[in-house]
Amino acid sequence: MNRIDRIFRDLRARNAKALMPFVCGGFPGIESTGPVLAALERAGASIIEVGIPFSDPIADGPVIAAAMHTALTRGVTPEAIFERVGSARAGLSVGLIAMVSVSIVHRMGPAAFAKRATHAGFDGVILPDVPLEEAEAALAPMREAGLSVSLLIAPNTPADRAEKIARACSGFVYLMARMGITGTRDRLDAAPLAGRIRALREVTDLPIACGFGVSNAEHVRAVVSAPPGGAGADAAIVGSALVRKMANAPDPVDVAGSMVRGLAGGLS
Amino acid sequence: MPQAAISAVPSSSGRFGVYGGSYVPETLVSALRQLEAEYASARRDPAFREQLNHLLSTLVGRATPLYRAERLTALARERSKTGKAATIWLKREDLAHTGAHKINNTIGQGLLTKRMGKKRLIAETGAGQHGVATATAAAHLGLECDVYMGSEDVRRQRLNVVRMRLLGARVVEVNAGSRTLKDATNEAMRDWMASVEGTHYIIGSVVGPHPFPMIVRDFQSVIGRESREQSQSVIGRLPDCVVACVGGGSNAAGMFYPFVDDSGVELVGVEAGGRSNAPGQHAAPLSYGSPGVLHGSLSYVMQDAFGQTADVHSCSAGLDYPGVGPEHSYWKDAGRVAYNAVTDAQALEAFTTLARCEGILPALESSHAVAFAIEKAGAMRPDQHVLVNLSGRGDKDVDEACRLLGM
Repeated sequence: MNRIDRIFRDLRARNAKALMPFVCGGFPGIESTGPVLAALERAGASIIEVGIPFSDPIADGPVIAAAMHTALTRGVTPEAIFERVGSARAGLSVGLIAMVSVSIVHRMGPAAFAKRATHAGFDGVILPDVPLEEAEAALAPMREAGLSVSLLIAPNTPADRAEKIARACSGFVYLMARMGITGTRDRLDAAPLAGRIRALREVTDLPIACGFGVSNAEHVRAVVSAPPGGAGADAAIVGSALVRKMANAPDPVDVAGSMVRGLAGGLS
Repeated sequence: MPQAAISAVPSSSGRFGVYGGSYVPETLVSALRQLEAEYASARRDPAFREQLNHLLSTLVGRATPLYRAERLTALARERSKTGKAATIWLKREDLAHTGAHKINNTIGQGLLTKRMGKKRLIAETGAGQHGVATATAAAHLGLECDVYMGSEDVRRQRLNVVRMRLLGARVVEVNAGSRTLKDATNEAMRDWMASVEGTHYIIGSVVGPHPFPMIVRDFQSVIGRESREQSQSVIGRLPDCVVACVGGGSNAAGMFYPFVDDSGVELVGVEAGGRSNAPGQHAAPLSYGSPGVLHGSLSYVMQDAFGQTADVHSCSAGLDYPGVGPEHSYWKDAGRVAYNAVTDAQALEAFTTLARCEGILPALESSHAVAFAIEKAGAMRPDQHVLVNLSGRGDKDVDEACRLLGM
């Protein structure tokens, strides 16, 4: 059984929810990658998304785009991230998901990318910048390699299309909590999100993870608490808020750990 | 030998051979489908075509003339080893309103925007010509307009920044990455992902996700259609060779498309050869790049071993882009269009040469095509004809030319 499936099965059995922090691989430095993963696990993350830096991340807002740009300027490559994750994997029990642009997958070849990611200890991938129709070519080799594959469902995705996307996913479905690009925000309104999650539950049994604009413990609570107070998702994804904290920290590993500990407070 | 015409693209999924497609975040899928449907209905609507043609005639000033460049031809003869040269003709897109071919597309997409009931336009721009043309369409149609432009281009194309502002558009300076066209395109796409309900994004070249490469090509094809008719009536036949510069490739696609099924007409696209063919010193993906995914489609692109977009350079802001339209990649692989690169220095030389020979100051982009055509004509017979798409005028380039020429 894929580790992601097992994590969600265990969480469901305990009626618990998952926190999925996102970090940019190789940011702020390649040497921090392993220690950051360990710190996030200790702080209460169930699954960690590791972004593979890309030169033109059009689905990402200024915070993550700048982090990726910094990492690339410092010479970080997908291979370097695979190596660091590979060395850290044995000491970790969290799920590890690579968030990667279709441009990088295309260049390396889907099968080669899947092989390398699996070897490094990744359990799944998220393809954020490709729709279902163009993802097909990449999906089969990823699945064959044993990786879970998650595509995004947007607020403006029609119901019948959302069903098709969910059917192509494994591990979990990534539901965007708002339109636009990744980034932080002040308020998160759970009610409309709850409606979308309810509709999605009718067409899929996969766990539903929500990201985009989820910035603090209160937002995490709003995303994972049961309706009517919350949206009832299985997992909350926090990216930009965490990356921003790490960007300005003298000790990014420490800061990432304490931020995620705070976010995990929103799970209960 | 029944074979599909080379013009019979894209497929319903937006493929030009293996190239093209629609690699975008899910958020944009519904907007692209809406655009595709609206364009399909507009194409069948005689009222739309009439409205478009009326604006192309009265606002844009079409048809643009076909000009016989006598003194430039004489120069080509002088420089030729044989002392002979083909006649050089210029398709005068520089005389289109706002000074370049870009407006053919923005008027068309502007009308589509109105049909979709959207109230705001956004655009990316490199040289500023597409930004000015979008701002013009927005002003004419009463739409709001924001134009994204890299700060390096804001510096070297200052005149166009002022023009956009005078036309009522907001110019948003982009400081990310290389601060040129690629980064402006990223920002415009990000804007569109958050604003897609009420905003249309007018992509300025034959790039981006389906249906943009097809729509932009179709609106620009007025260049090639007019050129065919004018050649028939003025020369008495089709030209032997047609030359156009290629950045994203919209002027070239619009010029070439109506000729691609004429096997007797040689088609040549001219890329920006920059300072040299070393990585980072040029912007010529068809000459030196490899297939990859950038800005929504699969096409030739300048990239590293991991698919990271590489830095590019051209003295011409409009050609300073690491990607190219998917139909050009298709034409390259099919062997239908030959692609060459012309350096900054050669383009600058052609810039001043055309001004002195013919009294026409060309855009630095178009100067690349002129430079190639002078040499090409010298290698052809005197009874042959070379047609150059003079895609824009050079007024916008005078500051940059002064700097580069030390004037």
